Amino acid sequence: MALEIIETCVNCHACEPLCPNQAIYQAIPHFLIDPDRCTECIGDHMDPQCASICPIEGAIVDESGQPLHPIGSLTGIPPELVACYRAALEAVKG
Amino acid sequence: MELPRVDTSRNPGCAARSCGSSGDQLSQLPEHIRAKVRNHPCYSEQAHHYFARMHVAVAPACNIQCHYCNRKYDCANESRPGVVSEVLTPEQAVKKVMAVAAHIPQMTVLGIAGPGDPLANPERTFATFRMLTEKAPDIKLCVSTNGLVLPESVDELCKANIDHVTITINCVDPDVGTRIYPWVFWNNRRVMGRAAAEILIEQQQKGLERLTARGILVKVNSVMIPGVNDEHLVEVSKVVKAKGAFLHNVMPLIAEPEHGTFYGLMGQRSPSHDELQRLQDACAGDMAMMRHCRQCRADAVGLLGEDRGQEFTLDKIEGMEIDYAAAMVKRAEVQARIARELEEKARSSKVQVISIEGLKKPRSASRPVLMAVATKGGGVINEHFGHASEFLIYEASDAGVRFIGHRKTIPYCEGGDTCGDGESALDRTLRELAGCEAVLCAKVGFEPWGALEAAGIQPNGEHAMEPIEAALAAVYAEMRAAGKLDAKPVAQQKAA
Repeated sequence: MALEIIETCVNCHACEPLCPNQAIYQAIPHFLIDPDRCTECIGDHMDPQCASICPIEGAIVDESGQPLHPIGSLTGIPPELVACYRAALEAVKG
Repeated sequence: MELPRVDTSRNPGCAARSCGSSGDQLSQLPEHIRAKVRNHPCYSEQAHHYFARMHVAVAPACNIQCHYCNRKYDCANESRPGVVSEVLTPEQAVKKVMAVAAHIPQMTVLGIAGPGDPLANPERTFATFRMLTEKAPDIKLCVSTNGLVLPESVDELCKANIDHVTITINCVDPDVGTRIYPWVFWNNRRVMGRAAAEILIEQQQKGLERLTARGILVKVNSVMIPGVNDEHLVEVSKVVKAKGAFLHNVMPLIAEPEHGTFYGLMGQRSPSHDELQRLQDACAGDMAMMRHCRQCRADAVGLLGEDRGQEFTLDKIEGMEIDYAAAMVKRAEVQARIARELEEKARSSKVQVISIEGLKKPRSASRPVLMAVATKGGGVINEHFGHASEFLIYEASDAGVRFIGHRKTIPYCEGGDTCGDGESALDRTLRELAGCEAVLCAKVGFEPWGALEAAGIQPNGEHAMEPIEAALAAVYAEMRAAGKLDAKPVAQQKAA
């Protein structure tokens, strides 16, 4: 049982010091979680700490790949607007 | 006839009118506070023409979400809070600060302002401060915070010799706060909704009280969000002043769809120049207002309004050998020279005020006039119209000359034909200068000259290298003598 940080991570460092198991480490291109150390904070906290402070919706997922905080759940921006915005960003990057 | 600069110390009854007055916006404050901020560009309007500041981006983590912020967005061409090009370790930051201090001797202030919240990154922030206190003791240290963990951080701030703190306070009412802050991270949980705003507001107020009780200077920043907190900020100003904040900086919301923020994507508009000025004037009845903020990046370097960050990227400072002992000597010399110049200026302006007091006031009061100035710093008109990326805006009236704010644009000479949406750089500048009746610069080219005149803005290159306030006062006097103040502004006549 472990959480995973995916490629939308912006490397803000917020999660790393909160992990009770020191399972999070800085890596390139983004922070990662050591699955052998991650306990999803069970026994230490009510909620997984990394997912509770991560500002990026969808950047932390569970073992089945489901985001703990799906698009729109934290910022209140409707998911279709976010999708539009992300598509426009991709188009600019080419 | 020369107009006096507004002297609030002689005129305590009209603080609201005059506290934006250039160089004097802090004059109602006690001397020991003024002495502390005399060379601080972010606190003293006068100082910002001469002294530079820098931010180091050592604090990427944040513990709250604001609707005007998007942590994903970063662009080297963007200039606004929360945006940086590279996050630094404390060691890299110290190296960068020393390199900048050696190359820009008038850099007096180092701030940590993000790109997240400095106090949500206590180890990185305080490690940076500790090393700087030891290695570069001639630099003032500042911090800018959202306030969530401020009360618990006050002891550490005192230990780190921080004597200036900025808190961003957008509201004192949780109902307003719920429309600005979707969540805070508190006691190991993400708290959403009204409870989030309640916690944040309580912590901010407690933090403000504890800081002022310890004698630390506190400036309050507020983002003006039309329809959300605009009217409420007058109340915020009263509350924070009562708790001892010495300066209030009301800044306009920055919200564009391309920033990907809640406000940007949801179509929340920013305030107009006019709305911002009216709110600042409304708050000014209660406290000293800051109007020269440039809402800079969390890694900005240089005078306010300029960003020399590209000269000091990590790869560039890697190769720089810094003799800081020698740099400190040079810095002290340069800063002492600027201080002497400012004292000299203050003396001559006092003489001017006294000499003017005996003069009769004009029979009927003339209307106030907005004027724009192109400057590269030093308090003089020394920038070409076509090179200016911003203009300082002043209001001249019978009461004197007062600083109102700044307006950013794209330099006419660098803009090419269009900048994105088909608007030319010149059109953009004309739009930004709306409401102004004159623009004073070192030089103005032929083409923009005609366009400015057509827009009712009189270009003026006659005061190149002269002190800003004196030049504006002279232009205002000329306008009065020419009978231009009896009529409506040219732009309004055209519209009618």
